[in-house]
Amino acid sequence: MTRQTIAEKILEAHRLDERDRVEPGDVVRARVDLVLLNDANGPVAFRHFANMGGGKVVNPDKVMMVCDHFAPAPSAAGARMLGDMRRFATSKGIEHFYDVGKGGIEHTLMPEVGLCGPGDLIAGGDSHTGTAGAFNAFGTGMSWSGMAAIMQIDETWFRVPESMRFTLRGKKAAHVTGKDVILQILQDIGVDGALYRSMEFAGPGLADINMDERMGICNMVVEAGAKTGIVEFDDITRAWAEATCKRPWTATVADADAQYHSRHDIDLARMRPMVAKPYSPENVVAVDDIRHVHVDQVYMGNCANGTMTDLRQIASVLKGRKVAKGTRAMIVPATQKIYREAMAEGLIDIFIEAGAAVSTPTCGACFGGHNGALDDGEVGFATINRNFKGRGGHAGAQVYLGNSYVAAATAVAGEIIDPALL
Amino acid sequence: MQFKGNVQKLGDSVDTDVMVPGRYLSLMNPADIAKHIFEEVDPGFVGRVKPGDVIVAGRNFGCGSGREQAPFGLKALGISCIVAASFSRTFYRMSIDLGLPILISPEVAEAASQGQAIEVDTVSGRVLLDGREFRAEPLPAFIQQIIDMGGVTDWVKQELARRAAAQPSGASA
Repeated sequence: MTRQTIAEKILEAHRLDERDRVEPGDVVRARVDLVLLNDANGPVAFRHFANMGGGKVVNPDKVMMVCDHFAPAPSAAGARMLGDMRRFATSKGIEHFYDVGKGGIEHTLMPEVGLCGPGDLIAGGDSHTGTAGAFNAFGTGMSWSGMAAIMQIDETWFRVPESMRFTLRGKKAAHVTGKDVILQILQDIGVDGALYRSMEFAGPGLADINMDERMGICNMVVEAGAKTGIVEFDDITRAWAEATCKRPWTATVADADAQYHSRHDIDLARMRPMVAKPYSPENVVAVDDIRHVHVDQVYMGNCANGTMTDLRQIASVLKGRKVAKGTRAMIVPATQKIYREAMAEGLIDIFIEAGAAVSTPTCGACFGGHNGALDDGEVGFATINRNFKGRGGHAGAQVYLGNSYVAAATAVAGEIIDPALL
Repeated sequence: MQFKGNVQKLGDSVDTDVMVPGRYLSLMNPADIAKHIFEEVDPGFVGRVKPGDVIVAGRNFGCGSGREQAPFGLKALGISCIVAASFSRTFYRMSIDLGLPILISPEVAEAASQGQAIEVDTVSGRVLLDGREFRAEPLPAFIQQIIDMGGVTDWVKQELARRAAAQPSGASA
């Protein structure tokens, strides 16, 4: 029997129940391929794990633990979270443990080290676990007690989502990136436009969107309320998987007659660089519609937009230019490997020459925890994924979201600007 | 399960960053988190909530960061149940796994007002607002089972016990 979406196929392939087929709305028991924990949710998950009986992690090889939120530790309280990670990893024999200086930001690191692949089912404690969809995997953020349950009994439950199909066509114009694709979709469908659903991305336009930019798209599906977002397997996925995946993988495409909640066409050629205004990621306008908004701080880099593609985009704008007086710029490569590649390509030198601060990988500024938090009344521009009140630091600060070209141009101009106007 | 209390009314797209600001994420004791719920946007909220109160919210409740401090903080504050027009699915999942009952009902979200008396039956989906009857979607059976156990922790314990009992004697796990 056919008629299935990518999400239905992946959940069906991982089901433990004795059923032939899964349908949207079904609650199924399933076995995941990987559990992804960070230092914000891990320590809580470890408490649940102890409450469930403690003991051994049933399958330690299926657990990846990354220190990124409170890394490097901003305070004694943060240091304790990181300490909890080290103790759990050591005592439970978790080999895939990435400490400060050894890894980076989890959602960029996981594919980099080959621990996710096409057809995988991945559960993470962080809401941006959907980033794995760039690699044709079903990644979803879920409960921290659920993470502990998987470590105890190697299974969990999922409600099978309905799916929305986004067909991409055409080629992007200059300064348009994957970030704009998802911002445009958020403008179209809103922050609950995909609630409980899977968003599937397909079509000939994907040929113009590399893996880094696909991460930028899937990272933000949760901002539309989606359970996951998955890019259909294509030649770009195959080339990536053959070069990178450490485990067997399964190319997953939807059936031609799959049943969707809705179908949407995206014409890349008509897209403009987009910006989300405070305080919602759905509050999106074209960059051309914003005039003379002074920016105190520009933050570039996060779990989706600290990639080599992003750093090259930033460097193409900053090269030979300076960050404006009265504006600060911070650039955070998402992983140690990306940091080194950027150094080897001379990008870090361009950033520092322009007057930007460059930091070791950390989620600090994105969640307003440390390493670049905003003060009352300050305005920030960031390549991150959400701009809720209080997210970037003080609740009286305001954050605008956009792609790496726009962020770099904004740093140079000191106000939000279309990079084409520099 | 049945709950009786008063309505704490909230709007659309209430995100977890406003429920529990990022700087409190290193607090792990639910009682400590409970003191800071909505601190920046509604500092009076914590003082208004009485044990047993039911949050009635609009669309997309709990959107944004997957932050278990939000549901466990609300539970520690005394919230017995949440009814909303719709939920962020991460928040929905976290609440169920923590044994915090959570029901979807756009009509209750529309009709309820702050401070009103409310009764909720999670099994039938019946909701009474000052005695007037409304319907919410009853929870799917498997989810009701987890809620009845007080969350996924006891479900795991039961599953571990079942597996241990199924082992032939003398075999090691």
